[in-house]
Amino acid sequence: MKIADPLKNNMYAELARRNLKRQSIRTILAAIGIIIGVIAISSMGILGNTMKLSVTDSFADVGDKLMIYPAPGEESITEKQIGQIRKVAGIDEIIPLRSHGERVEYKNEESFASVYDIKEEGLESLAELEEGRYFKSGSTDCVVGSSVAENLEVSVGSKIVIDDSKLRVVGILKERGLGFDIDTDSGIFTSSEMYEKLYPDEDEGYSSTIITVDDINELETVQQDIEDRINRKDELITVFATNMITESIDGVFDAISLFLMGIGSISLLVAGVSILNVMLMSTMERTKEIGVMKAVGASRKDILKMFLLEALFLGVAASLIGGLLTLGGSYMIISFIMDDSAYILKFSNIIYILEGVFFGVGTSLLGGMYPAWKASRMKPLDALRYE
Amino acid sequence: MPEPIVELRDVTKIYTLGKNRIYALNKVNISIEEGDFVTIMGSSGSGKSTLLNMVGCLDLPTSGKVMINGVDISRLDDDGLTSIRRNNIGFIFQQFNLIQTLTALENVEMPMIFNGTSPEKRRKKAMMLFERAQLPPEYEEHKPNELSGGQQQRVAIARALANDPPILLADEPTGNLDSKTGNSVMKLLQELNSAGTTVIVVTHDPKLEDFSNTTIRLQDGVICDENC
Repeated sequence: MKIADPLKNNMYAELARRNLKRQSIRTILAAIGIIIGVIAISSMGILGNTMKLSVTDSFADVGDKLMIYPAPGEESITEKQIGQIRKVAGIDEIIPLRSHGERVEYKNEESFASVYDIKEEGLESLAELEEGRYFKSGSTDCVVGSSVAENLEVSVGSKIVIDDSKLRVVGILKERGLGFDIDTDSGIFTSSEMYEKLYPDEDEGYSSTIITVDDINELETVQQDIEDRINRKDELITVFATNMITESIDGVFDAISLFLMGIGSISLLVAGVSILNVMLMSTMERTKEIGVMKAVGASRKDILKMFLLEALFLGVAASLIGGLLTLGGSYMIISFIMDDSAYILKFSNIIYILEGVFFGVGTSLLGGMYPAWKASRMKPLDALRYE
Repeated sequence: MPEPIVELRDVTKIYTLGKNRIYALNKVNISIEEGDFVTIMGSSGSGKSTLLNMVGCLDLPTSGKVMINGVDISRLDDDGLTSIRRNNIGFIFQQFNLIQTLTALENVEMPMIFNGTSPEKRRKKAMMLFERAQLPPEYEEHKPNELSGGQQQRVAIARALANDPPILLADEPTGNLDSKTGNSVMKLLQELNSAGTTVIVVTHDPKLEDFSNTTIRLQDGVICDENC
């Protein structure tokens, strides 16, 4: 008994494989085109996406909020306005803030931080404690953000100095990352009483207000309601939703990714043309063979299938190689540049590799379509006569 | 009287070369019965190749009817002609025309693949045909270019028999062979004929006439009698 014959299962597939092998140099060159195209398109996508990931990962995941600031030309948000906002339905919490950029000292260390006047409950909902406790209202105590604690090397119980006043640190907040409400990491939070002691001349109104909503899907409705209520006559406040910022940043990076992939796809287009060229040459060379096959009973569909399979095999093999090379290459590059190879294994990056492979296979098939169609339409008599 | 297996009625084929209209065939009437061994003789330009192409369903007449096994082929499209060829006609060419990427046995299997025969069945049949074409089994896995001309022509004959066609159509089957090998190939065709297959050989070589029981002579696109 002979070893299992490959033709037994699928003759078309086997013929395609052998024909690709027959012109191995040409096949390899065409495959290199596709490989480069796939690498270009998927690595460009990964580049854009990794840029996006590295930026958005530094954003705090604190949920979406509304931020209210005085409109340009307005001094502050008044207590009366806060009262009006309170009447809007769907609001969970209103956190009015006063803040001041300030130089802070502790022992020999010096740092710049924002001093916030905030209600204890408000701070509780904005950031969690790493150690210690929140301050009590009326006290001269304060809670500091993680960056402040790190820069000044303070711990719970230390006394920091602001403008000759001493504030006791009773709590240190957990690191939260960059947020679009306030940057809690570099904030110093204290009571209204202490704040007024530090800045006796300051306006009574608030410099900003953070609003959380009951239902995140109602964010825009609440935003609209607040604007309608307060900006009825004049533009007094500006309201924006933090998700708008992340969305527009995402949008920018998605556009960059798409643009980069567009550049990458040019090389894939070139590869597609080279497949077209290679397959056309191959149909020309095999004209007589096609004629023989048609004479012994191959239908148009059979011939079409044979040539399309060739393009498909070439495309699948080259695209998979391209995909694997991209995976390996970008793993090395990303771990080298970003010191964090975990990025490459993110699903959104894998998607770009799959996309590259998909487009690679698609391009090969498109390139093979016309030659295959042409081969299938050959008249057997003309093909047989071809020398 | 049984219906002829190949019948040409008033077949005319005109080629246009520039302003000239060339009558490759001019009102040709031929009738071939099942089991015949027919030689179509003629010098080059006599129209014998055109006639072969008509019978082989590779070309259609300008006018007239070509009936293969009772079917008028002039009404068929490309795929229709393909299916007639696949099931009724086994081709044997002067150049053997084996597919170089396939082994000898795979070449024999090929028409059965297009026919949708199951892999086990077609392999078995191909091995049987190999034997019938008097080819030793050790050549099965050889590529065509590793075989001699005579062996290649035998593989081609085995391939022609793959779908059990009632008609074998040979175009100068000995043209590329020395006379001894040519003779043995013709003897093989004769054996197949005596087993019931209709054999039509197109040639300009008068020696082949001896193997057939009917000879049709062509000259300038018309059938002529023995003296032409």
